[in-house]
Amino acid sequence: MTRPPATTGRPRTRHLAAGTVLLAALAAGSLFVGVSGLTPAGVLDGRPEEVRVLLESRLPRLLAVLLAGTAMSVAGLIMMHITGNRFVSPATAGTNESAAFGVLVATLFAGGQALFVKMSVAVLFALVGTFFFMWILRRLTFRDMILVPLVGLMFGAVVSAATMFVAYRADLLQTLGAWTSGDFSGVLRGRYELLWIAGAVTVLGYLYADRFTVAGMGRTFAVNLGVRYDRVVNTGLVLTAVITAVVVSTVGEIPFVSLIVPNLVTLVLGDNLRHALPATALAGALFVLVCDIAGRLIRFPYEIPVSTVIGVVGSVVFLTLLLRGGKRMGLR
Amino acid sequence: MIEIRDVTKRYDGTTVLDRVSLTIEPGGVTSVIGPNGAGKSTLLSIVSRLAPADGGTVTVDGLDVAATPGEVLARRLAVLRQENHMPVRLTVRELVAFGRFPHSGGRLTPADLALVDEAIAYFELEPLADRHLDQLSGGQRQRAYVAMVLCQDTDYVLLDEPLNNLDMRHAVQMMRRVRRMADDYGKTVVLVMHDINFASCHSDTIIAMKDGAVAAQGPTARMMTPEVLGPVYGLDIDVHELGGSRIGVYFS
Repeated sequence: MTRPPATTGRPRTRHLAAGTVLLAALAAGSLFVGVSGLTPAGVLDGRPEEVRVLLESRLPRLLAVLLAGTAMSVAGLIMMHITGNRFVSPATAGTNESAAFGVLVATLFAGGQALFVKMSVAVLFALVGTFFFMWILRRLTFRDMILVPLVGLMFGAVVSAATMFVAYRADLLQTLGAWTSGDFSGVLRGRYELLWIAGAVTVLGYLYADRFTVAGMGRTFAVNLGVRYDRVVNTGLVLTAVITAVVVSTVGEIPFVSLIVPNLVTLVLGDNLRHALPATALAGALFVLVCDIAGRLIRFPYEIPVSTVIGVVGSVVFLTLLLRGGKRMGLR
Repeated sequence: MIEIRDVTKRYDGTTVLDRVSLTIEPGGVTSVIGPNGAGKSTLLSIVSRLAPADGGTVTVDGLDVAATPGEVLARRLAVLRQENHMPVRLTVRELVAFGRFPHSGGRLTPADLALVDEAIAYFELEPLADRHLDQLSGGQRQRAYVAMVLCQDTDYVLLDEPLNNLDMRHAVQMMRRVRRMADDYGKTVVLVMHDINFASCHSDTIIAMKDGAVAAQGPTARMMTPEVLGPVYGLDIDVHELGGSRIGVYFS
């Protein structure tokens, strides 16, 4: 009898190391992609103009890309475990759309307020939206692997439509684009720092990694192992909602990342979050960075928003996953 | 000791358990038998706090299962249900290692790792240890789940139809191991069993349930009689002494 080769649940250290080196190289390279000429030599020489561009624009942009990529991927990973469905992520549960709605409402009623206020409102809306989705989920009698994210997508579309309508009435459609399509081109020093909150929440997620894995085994196993299932699920939902809202209010919605990166990683490494979460964080940062660099190079000196690039790449990857993932994705 | 007092459970107005009272003494293997819908699995769920009771109390060594913190109970009592769809992809070793979670959180000590290895060896899972659960057959998976429960190292082990998905050879092996878990490790094992003859050959005590109530309880030899079994299953069951065990015959 032939069997598939044994797989290990642990990423090889050398793979992680290789990924980190690749990320570092791309990150360093990305600093020198842009319209204003910035060269390694110039920065090392300490030319004031170049150092200023580096510190004011390029470095903040890089950090924003890495933080957003990492945080969104990890948020997707957590959500997929606490819902027990590989296709449920902030992108398919209405979380993204709810956060965007929140930013719009904050802009309407507190337009002049600091970004932090908008972000707080976005967090609130993302929480309400996510918990509403979970409420629907609990009432579904037929919890099919595909049906659940479809319900989430429908819910997201409804929220999105409401957002559009309000924005249209308030003549804010143009502004709305800033949050609904993620873009790193506007990132400057002083305008991305809130993303560190998402980074911190991601670290918090790592501390819960084992409990999320246990919750992913299902309620029965979780209760047997003495884990407070509902509390862990709610904690996970709050973490994902906060991460999503922070990312949406600072750089805008980034599609697909929270869906495909965790799926690709767990396809290879399995679902033990202690191992899969760091790898997902790394892969998420890499994926968004590569897409951002591509968006900057394809029509140089013009830029294609990262959300567009990811939309194209992501849909191809996602379709491939659906068609070839088969049993491992829980599809039979 | 597991003490069940006046436990009642209703689903949508149907009474599934009707004021059930039972005492399960520590040590040995106890099998709960009875026809479909007798309330066996429901009772097991309530004892293991997987489902709340609508009335009555269950205590395990004096701890009320409804009021004791989950992590405290998880170090005393382990449970495995019959339907075990596992949405996460873990290797056998990872799964078994999670049995140590109630004891050491995620940080496994060398002693924990030794127990993990022991449980894997006990169920002869070494060749499969690094396989993902979705690459195993149903029977292999079942063994992995029970290995996890053994690794949890609790005084009480509750298994709901542990022979599900197992062929004859693996079923016998599973029952022998369950028997040895009681004999070698001094555990109190409670099983929900469909096959009365497996229950007869491997348990010390049998509890027969019917229509949400306990029909009879006693030592295996006293329970394996046509007089006890017949009314429980509504079937004529001949009981023969074969190879030192009492075997019920009801096939034709």
